[in-house]
Amino acid sequence: MDALLFLTFAGIAVLCAINLILQTHPISSALSLVGVMGALAVLYLLLGGAFIAAVQLIVYAGAVMVLFLFVIMLLNAQAERTTSKPAIRAWVSVPLLFTFVILLASLIIQRAPAGAAVRFGEFTGGSVANVGRALFTTYLLPFEITSILILIAILGAIVLARKEI
Amino acid sequence: MPAEITQLLPAAVPLSWYLVLSAILFTLGVAGFLFRRNIITVFMSIELMLNAVNLTFVAFSYHLKQVDGHIFSFFVMVVAAAEATVGLAIILTVFKNRATLEIDEVSSMKL
Amino acid sequence: MNFYIVTLIKTGLVAAVLLTFCAYLVWIERKVLAHIQLRPGPYRVGPHGLLQPLSDLIKLVTKEGVIPANVNMFYYLLAPFLSVALALVSIAVIPFGPVVEVFGVKTQMGLTDLDIGVLVVLAMSSLGVYGMVIGGWASNSKYSLMGSLRSSAQMVSYELPMALAIVAPLLLVNTLSFREIVAAQEGFYFGVLPKWNIFAGPLPQAFSFLLFMIAAFAETNRVPFDLPEAETELVAGFHTEYSSTMFAAFFTAEYASITTICCVASLLFLGGWHPLWPAEYGSDFAPVALFLGAALILFFHGAQAVKARMWDRFTFPAFGVVMLGLAGLFLVPFLKPLLVPLFWFAAKTGLLIFVFIWIRGTLPRFRYDQLMRFAWLTLFPAAVVNLLVTGLAVALTTN
Repeated sequence: MDALLFLTFAGIAVLCAINLILQTHPISSALSLVGVMGALAVLYLLLGGAFIAAVQLIVYAGAVMVLFLFVIMLLNAQAERTTSKPAIRAWVSVPLLFTFVILLASLIIQRAPAGAAVRFGEFTGGSVANVGRALFTTYLLPFEITSILILIAILGAIVLARKEI
Repeated sequence: MPAEITQLLPAAVPLSWYLVLSAILFTLGVAGFLFRRNIITVFMSIELMLNAVNLTFVAFSYHLKQVDGHIFSFFVMVVAAAEATVGLAIILTVFKNRATLEIDEVSSMKL
Repeated sequence: MNFYIVTLIKTGLVAAVLLTFCAYLVWIERKVLAHIQLRPGPYRVGPHGLLQPLSDLIKLVTKEGVIPANVNMFYYLLAPFLSVALALVSIAVIPFGPVVEVFGVKTQMGLTDLDIGVLVVLAMSSLGVYGMVIGGWASNSKYSLMGSLRSSAQMVSYELPMALAIVAPLLLVNTLSFREIVAAQEGFYFGVLPKWNIFAGPLPQAFSFLLFMIAAFAETNRVPFDLPEAETELVAGFHTEYSSTMFAAFFTAEYASITTICCVASLLFLGGWHPLWPAEYGSDFAPVALFLGAALILFFHGAQAVKARMWDRFTFPAFGVVMLGLAGLFLVPFLKPLLVPLFWFAAKTGLLIFVFIWIRGTLPRFRYDQLMRFAWLTLFPAAVVNLLVTGLAVALTTN
């Protein structure tokens, strides 16, 4: 059951990711990315990360991607034009990327801790209470710094969106 | 579920499967970043890479039975949200000034 | 396998009840609005228009589904499906009553109980915007696009005050599971005042409740925040180009999300299925009294039926008998532990839904800039201050 669920949602994630880079229209790409995020949220649940799965949906899929869609629709972005020049970089980089991913995968399979397996329900440390406790004790300083980061991001966005620039 | 399928699959998912999935997603993100010319799609490829890394964090968090990986991916999400805000504001400004979203055309330093 | 069968039965039951209720919510809304405006409302199909939802359904399903030219077909068809699916999913984490035993099977009333139940509802409501955005964009129409742009900005803005308003009562109950939230609200102060979150110490959450309800109006795109479908400016907003079953899907999604959000409000703030006053003062007999009263009113009006409404002479007593039967059900000892919590939960949720309709009959629509200004300059700061004060009160009273 675990393996079946993993394969299903891993398949969805990979297919959506491939769709993301193949689609020419930005809206299709954005919705494929939402699909990837949804599938990853299910995988987080399988890994015992209930909180992170919910945050993935609320922050990533529910806010960041809506912002993307909003900007795409606001700019009325059209489908990418196909260029006439044969993309030589595609001929070079696709095999390169393939080699890269195969090397990476073999390295991971070699080096991965032997016998490490994921069974749903064996680790429930990712509950809201645990994450919250770690966030407000061990990681308090980084947490506060991220709030400053967000403040800077808000200011940056407001400055950039002013009319005069 | 038929018995043949259940026998084909392992009872528990090896940790390396999650890591390989993460590697595949990361590579796809890199591919999107390199091939696409629409600035918004390039930006989304970066988000895909960040998501792939998050999966690794959460998978190792499971393996080590510690919550720290979740915290890291939480921080990654916060940074990604901040990045999306500023990045999209930059894209809006670029579009306002140059009326294009193709990165190849946004190559000159001056208008 | 027992678990799967029980879950399957419960899912079927909840889906059937929810969808029927959504259909009848349209009738209730039209009736209430009509009576607010001194009109009779739907009257032709069935006694007092009671079969109107059925005829609406037949009309919508048998109508020709017009697909306009130059729409993006895949996304155009995906949007209503996405909309209705995401609106219906979150009912899965809502409990309707305590754990009960039916025919020897011990089960909870409600589909499931997650540790992150509140977060699931928030996630689904934030994902619900996709249906509108995709539908508006794929329709290839100015009005739809404007409607969906407005809705995406509005939903993202109002999610923040809503989440902050939810966090404040969560500080009091220390859990994110709906069942535990309700369990924490059991009991009474001084034997009379219920320990619901809007009354509970150290800080009554009535203000959070108000903030939550305001944000809920905006999240479900209802008057006075129904800008995405402002008919005076945008024809019908994001679903302008939809007809037939696809339009019905958007409609169902709207009513399902209203129902869900009212359920969440009554669970978080109004004590879920706990009665308004203690059982020793006879709260178990409130449903009996209510249905008995309804039956008496129906019998009285049936006897007094005017000539213009001849059929009332037969239909009113018939419904009176139904009400008597319902009142009798609450007296059966076997059904009592099942039905009484359900009654209180349904009563609270129904009251909140009535408030939704009442507001629609009362308030005019905001202008779009007023809406955004209200979200960011009034509601959001108020929610932050409310959260800080609640946090301070909780920190000072607990060790």
